[in-house]
Amino acid sequence: MQQSTRALTLTLAAAALLLLAFPFAESKFYTQLLSKIMIMAIFAMSLDLLVGYTGLISLGHAAFFGLAGYAVALMTPQYEAPDLWTSLPAAVGLCAAFALVTGFLVLRTSGVYFIMVTLAFAQMLFFLFHDTKLGGGSDGIYIYIKPEIRLGETSLLNLDDARHFYYFVWIMMIAVYGFLRTVLRSTFGHALLGIKTNEHRMRALGFATFRYKLAAYVLSGALAGLAGYLAALQFGFVNPEILSWHQSGAVLMMVILGGMGTLFGPVIGAFAFVLLQEMFSNQAVLGAFAKHWQLLMGAAVILVALYLPGGLAGLLARPGRKKAIEADDG
Amino acid sequence: MGDPILRTEGLTKRFGGLTAVDRVSLELYVGQVHAVIGPNGAGKSTLTNLLSGDLPPTSGSVWYRGRDLAGLKSDEISRLGVGRSYQKTNIFLPFTVFENCRLAAQSRTPHAWRIFRRAEGFADINRLAEEAMEAAGLAARRDRVAATLSHGEQRQLEIAMCLATRPRVLLLDEPLAGMGPHESLRIVELIGRLAADHAIMLIEHDMEAVFSVAGHLTVMVNGEVLESGEPEAVRASPAVQMAYLGGEELLDV
Ligand SMILES: Nc1ncnc2c1ncn2[C@@H]1O[C@H](COP(=O)(O)OP(=O)(O)O)[C@@H](O)[C@H]1O
Ligand SMILES: [Mg+2]
Repeated sequence: MQQSTRALTLTLAAAALLLLAFPFAESKFYTQLLSKIMIMAIFAMSLDLLVGYTGLISLGHAAFFGLAGYAVALMTPQYEAPDLWTSLPAAVGLCAAFALVTGFLVLRTSGVYFIMVTLAFAQMLFFLFHDTKLGGGSDGIYIYIKPEIRLGETSLLNLDDARHFYYFVWIMMIAVYGFLRTVLRSTFGHALLGIKTNEHRMRALGFATFRYKLAAYVLSGALAGLAGYLAALQFGFVNPEILSWHQSGAVLMMVILGGMGTLFGPVIGAFAFVLLQEMFSNQAVLGAFAKHWQLLMGAAVILVALYLPGGLAGLLARPGRKKAIEADDG
Repeated sequence: MGDPILRTEGLTKRFGGLTAVDRVSLELYVGQVHAVIGPNGAGKSTLTNLLSGDLPPTSGSVWYRGRDLAGLKSDEISRLGVGRSYQKTNIFLPFTVFENCRLAAQSRTPHAWRIFRRAEGFADINRLAEEAMEAAGLAARRDRVAATLSHGEQRQLEIAMCLATRPRVLLLDEPLAGMGPHESLRIVELIGRLAADHAIMLIEHDMEAVFSVAGHLTVMVNGEVLESGEPEAVRASPAVQMAYLGGEELLDV
């Protein structure tokens, strides 16, 4: 098991470094596409904390993603760039607060009711922004200018530059991965996995499981907010679509496609999902049928669910897992 | 013996029309094994669930160290010092034996929110887990995944997890069921040793084991206490002999 985990770590590290070199070789289009994928990877990892490690299947995760997007758009005066130092913590903090409040209610339910209540909260937010003038209605709001960090006269980071933005997102993705890995190895992380596996027994052992789930929910919401913040900056606008249930469904598919409860699986899932979406909706590849890309995407998800129960990550990690149990049997 | 550490008063649990536990009053003392016997369906497991907070009573009360446990949830009761094992094995199947015990021990420590340190890095938690495994005879199985253990070993793990939470009161629901004779003996000895500084409620069908450790015996039938008292006296009681001779099971020790 030691060996296979090391091989996996090396593979992941190599992939991460490869991503680092990418913008030098490729076009702006692909640099932006990969930035988008890495943002979705952060979003998917945040959901994996709930789905894969705590056993809470949320169908409303886009609420946090969209809320952070609207937060930065509303905080920023028109024709000015958002201030990274204030708007990022504010947007993420708002999502954490929203998760804390809604978590108190949604975490009283479980199973299929949890799915429904998370969906309901996200829909309420969707209609709040869609039907009122608060966030520009269905047209949304534009963020015309992107933030820049300067030291005197020199620009350290200009997010208007596709490469700068790419590296900024890359760092965020690696940081979120490292942070979640660390948290999941802690007593807190182990308790979450215990709750996912057998919550009843955790309670009997003396764990106040509600508090643990609430903490996971807040953390997950905050990180989804980080992803939504980055997405709003990249696209340069927010509209109600970013907190629609399609978006919640898409991120859940990324997690399942990639392999829940592995953390790196959802990253792979984000790559697979967005790249497949690009391919299936590309008219040059599929002609008029490209309109119906959802059909092909659905088929891809069904195939993975049927033949790769551990998701795409299972292709990498499964031999190791089997070996671990065999070794223990000896 | 002093005051009971845990006692019940008129404890009753109804499931619809069925009264599974019917006005049960009993006392548990530190230093004593209180055995509860009775045929299947007598209400023994339900009684355990009422004491541990897994189920709320319909009426009656449970007192622990002079405190009414009404309204407390199972995790709160566990943290107060009432530990239990389950008749139907209830463990973390995908985790190793050590992790099962470590998690149990973790519930007792204030480190739970140290999110930047590895879970295995706390010497006090690890020691509790190792001691519990050792006591239950599972030290050699430390790194085995619980799902791959034999049924008897899973029963031992059930007890080890309860021990790792350092309870003052142990509620053991048929701990020996499914265990081999060698392990049974080991666990009975363990129960005898633990009795010195714990209060133990032992639900068990193995009469030899019951009479070897019990200082007090309660017989339940149809949710009610049929007889309760010093084990030899209870065994000799005509009501108990009748109930057992009348039913399928023979109290033949
Ligand atoms: N959750 C429940 N819902 C309905 N009936 C139950 C439940 N739990 C136990 N019972 C019933 O209560 C009675 C006592 O069961 P139990 O406490 O498991 O007995 P014992 O442990 O002595 O075998 C049985 O008739 C059982 O069917
Ligand atoms: Mg029972």
